[in-house]
Amino acid sequence: MKEYPRPRTGSQPPYLCIGYRSSLRRAPLQPLITLPHTLSERTGPLYGHNPIGETDHDLTRHCPHPPQGERIIVAGRVLDEDGRPVPHTLVEVWQANGAGRYRHSADNHQAPLDPNFLGAGRAMTDGGGNYRFVSIKPGAYPWRNHHNAWRPAHIHFSLFGPAFVSRLVTQMYFPNDPLLPLDPILQSIPDEQARARLVSAFDLSVAEPEWALGYRFDIVLRGRQSTPFEGPIR
Amino acid sequence: MIPSASQTVGPFFNFGLTANPSLGILTREGSQGVRIRLSFRVLDGDGRPTPGDSMIEIWQADVQGRYAHPEDPRHASADPAFRGFGRLETNQAGECVFESIKPGSVPGPNGKKQAPHINLTIFARGLQKQLVTRLYFAGDAANASDPVLSMVPAERRDTLLAHPVPFEPGDCHIDTWHMDIRLQGVGETVFFDV
Repeated sequence: MKEYPRPRTGSQPPYLCIGYRSSLRRAPLQPLITLPHTLSERTGPLYGHNPIGETDHDLTRHCPHPPQGERIIVAGRVLDEDGRPVPHTLVEVWQANGAGRYRHSADNHQAPLDPNFLGAGRAMTDGGGNYRFVSIKPGAYPWRNHHNAWRPAHIHFSLFGPAFVSRLVTQMYFPNDPLLPLDPILQSIPDEQARARLVSAFDLSVAEPEWALGYRFDIVLRGRQSTPFEGPIR
Repeated sequence: MIPSASQTVGPFFNFGLTANPSLGILTREGSQGVRIRLSFRVLDGDGRPTPGDSMIEIWQADVQGRYAHPEDPRHASADPAFRGFGRLETNQAGECVFESIKPGSVPGPNGKKQAPHINLTIFARGLQKQLVTRLYFAGDAANASDPVLSMVPAERRDTLLAHPVPFEPGDCHIDTWHMDIRLQGVGETVFFDV
């Protein structure tokens, strides 16, 4: 049977993040009530909600012409806490274009929209938990959280996994980005190892010669096998 | 391995996650059970609606309390014409409305039944992790013995209750249940650590 222990202290950001202004009037102030996992929490939406199209994973092929920017491949595995692959689970991504602008009416950053880039994609993991996206490298952008605030380049990821409690929305960052130590959203995660897990790795084996650079990004969802012989959970 | 950390959906998620409004409709022709509408409004700590930058996902059982998921021993007989999952962004008034059915009672711990409920997940700009809560139906006799509601301090249980919305003349007769989700402050909704 699969169980879903609570994540270790410090491995997740708190709701109230002093450095992240939008959290100040939106984070709950009352303590959460710890819920034992009933059937409602151990089940969850499994197979996605729409069929995946042939080019859904390739964000460079959603318009008549190729988008501007540095073409990249982002590939990785979705794993559980035992390191076992999570097969056939939906992965959704969205991102800014190469100039750091989202296709969204509320994004008023003075950077060009790219008529050939929409910025959203979807894929299912295969039987080994593998996924792969083709895209362009998103630009950094200013976000007015504080003076001279810039979000590091990132791709948003949304995953379901096997249960209601394995749901995860996160962000993938790029290695060696000087903005990472300055970003309140990433830095609000107390545990250094947990922050590092959100930074992808440059990987030449993911790149395609004469075509696109490659980054590897593995994602660990909650969940592990329980056995009657296990010691106490730490 | 420690699970990957959550990060906010930010303000610009809707072209990626909520571009398909049909995810607000869980029923289709032949769905079993009483059709209902589930209406929500998300408010911040100042009582202001979240304008277009929050999103609600719902997960619920079918009319017999069955989940379409292998963990449910009765999943093979779950209503094939009902999808238990829905997802919508809130509009500029912080509101969204799902079309669904009233779920049945779901098995709970120690052989006890859980009252009919909808599992809710809220994402928003400003929320670094999703918030999880539940919707219960005000006036349902099963609420009194629900094992989860009974864990909630009595004076805060009201925050988990959806109330029926009176019909307006000319409305089609589908029962609408409304729940405000107050992220912070006076009347703060009870959220769960799952």
